[in-house]
Amino acid sequence: MNLHEYQAKEVFAGFGIPIVAGKVARSPEEAERIAAELGGSVVVKAQVHAGGRGKAGGVKLAADAAEAKAKAEEILALTIKGYPVRKVLVVPAAEISKEYYIGVAMDRAAKRPVIIASAAGGVDIEQVARETPEKIHRFHLDRPGSFHSFQARRVASKIESDSAVAVRIAGVLEKLVRAYWASDAGLAEINPLITTPEGKVIALDAKMVIDDNALFRRPNLAAMREETDENAAAAREMGLSYVPLDGNIGCIVNGAGLAMATMDLIKHFGGDPANFLDIGGSSDPRKVTTAMRIILSDPKVEAILFNIFGGITRCDDVARGILDAFKDLDVRVPVVVRLTGTNATEARAMLAASDALEPAETMDEAVKLVLARAGGRTGA
Amino acid sequence: MSIFIDETTKVIVQGITGRDGSFHTKSMIDDGTRVVAGVTPGKGGGSVHDVPVHDSVAEARAATGADTSVIYVPAPFAADAVWEALDAGVKLIVCITEGVPVADMIELHAAVEASSSRLIGPNCPGLISPGKSKVGILPGSIHIPGRVGLVSRSGTLTYQVVDHLTRAGIGQSTCIGIGGDPIIGTNFLDTLEAFEADPETDGVVMIGEIGGTDEQEAARYIQNSMKKPVVAFIAGRTAPPGKRMGHAGAIISGSAGTAAEKTEALNAAGVPVARIPSEIPNLMTRALA
Repeated sequence: MNLHEYQAKEVFAGFGIPIVAGKVARSPEEAERIAAELGGSVVVKAQVHAGGRGKAGGVKLAADAAEAKAKAEEILALTIKGYPVRKVLVVPAAEISKEYYIGVAMDRAAKRPVIIASAAGGVDIEQVARETPEKIHRFHLDRPGSFHSFQARRVASKIESDSAVAVRIAGVLEKLVRAYWASDAGLAEINPLITTPEGKVIALDAKMVIDDNALFRRPNLAAMREETDENAAAAREMGLSYVPLDGNIGCIVNGAGLAMATMDLIKHFGGDPANFLDIGGSSDPRKVTTAMRIILSDPKVEAILFNIFGGITRCDDVARGILDAFKDLDVRVPVVVRLTGTNATEARAMLAASDALEPAETMDEAVKLVLARAGGRTGA
Repeated sequence: MSIFIDETTKVIVQGITGRDGSFHTKSMIDDGTRVVAGVTPGKGGGSVHDVPVHDSVAEARAATGADTSVIYVPAPFAADAVWEALDAGVKLIVCITEGVPVADMIELHAAVEASSSRLIGPNCPGLISPGKSKVGILPGSIHIPGRVGLVSRSGTLTYQVVDHLTRAGIGQSTCIGIGGDPIIGTNFLDTLEAFEADPETDGVVMIGEIGGTDEQEAARYIQNSMKKPVVAFIAGRTAPPGKRMGHAGAIISGSAGTAAEKTEALNAAGVPVARIPSEIPNLMTRALA
């Protein structure tokens, strides 16, 4: 789960990391009020789950409250990488002498988290790593509590030669590491961390990604989730994994690997999947009806494909869900069903009576059939 | 032979009194597995499908001498179950549980590496040596014994590929699902090494997916050290970057972990990569000819 900048800052502040306090606005008028309260020049920042906000015009400086209102209006009208901007953060403008990057991320290859620090802050860190890898410093973490102050000072000394400033950066780094562990984060990042002309060290931006698997034990973070999309909320509620895509073939599959392979197969035979949807390993017919409802709400969908390989999932339960969905919902697109594995014979018998469904024997046949029904080409 | 498990493997089921644990204990017994004990703390003395239940893994191990365990406990307690099995000296620990927090796996993974035990999973379907033993949740009926090994990061996609193999008359020595999480105990490399050393395996099917670099590491090993043929499939060619595709580990980060990158690495190592799963049996038959 991604946190917004203002949420991540809230978490960081809780661990004693210095931030510039601001407020969130949902309208230009609200942004104007906040700017007037703060006084002086402010920065208006889009709060969206997408990188590259600055380049997309989502971060703007305003000299006074009236300008803050105008900038907020512009930013709230933006859609950045597919995410409509619904909120802006209004913060007092800070004077910057120097910018650094510090972050903690999960290093999959090393199977443990890694601290990344660089004196090249304020820019895309992946680009820095690609183009000038010598400017990136890394330090691996073993477990909570394993990172000592002297190690933090050592890392900080690599990105700042003034030892008085480096000590302050080290302090922030230690707090960032504590926030990372205590939040079950996969990423905790400050870019940029700045020094001001008075020598203060401040986190000017904040980014956090929380491990979804750990949200059960982080209720304060779980409460920060904002479902901007009704379908995503419904899917989560039922334990479905759902990712909308651009195509016209709706897919309902059990298992993530098979769901990805089904999308690949649709593409291989010349079609375009409308979504990724994994109903998971349980046999609850309600999951199937919810999945149908979500997919039918997508106006691009011209046909639906069920691809079920029964293991723990029982095919007869899926069939029951499909029949329920046909009773409850207005299904106006062709539905192709491929069921095999546990209780597939029972399932096929249950579905045989329905004229609305087209059975398919194998995965390849099912994909070709659904493409033909959607009016797609059956090439390859 | 076969890898990791065979007809002599004695199995302890951790979480045997739960819904999943009980259901799959029956299924494992039906598929020929020697399930000798179960563990549920606080429920020692009972039995499930005639399998005696103990309060701890240490107790179950002392009573039976079993050195393999399979874990069906809920995610918040799964890491503790692995720690307990490790402490009791279990040699092969298979963790089926999905949804284990990544932070729980960091120290645990390091401890497993430092021990002589092997962990498979978490978030995996387990493994089967057809006709000999099954430790996990794979449907036994789709398998036939034979001489091709299979290793996969997925569950149902594994079944799909096994089904293709079995219909083509290609039997399996061992099929193993290593799990879809970012930190797992046994990776492609470990499994390929075991298949390479197994005299009853002639070739290996490897099913990868987007995210991470395990497939690329496997490609290097295949190129440098493996004599047996490998055929691959990589799921997620059409997956968009930055979105988690069901599995916690299946995410393209920036430009890293794409199917194209993995396919290229495997092709460079001389591994044919199937475009669709149904091509796998032919590719394997050709590779073995």
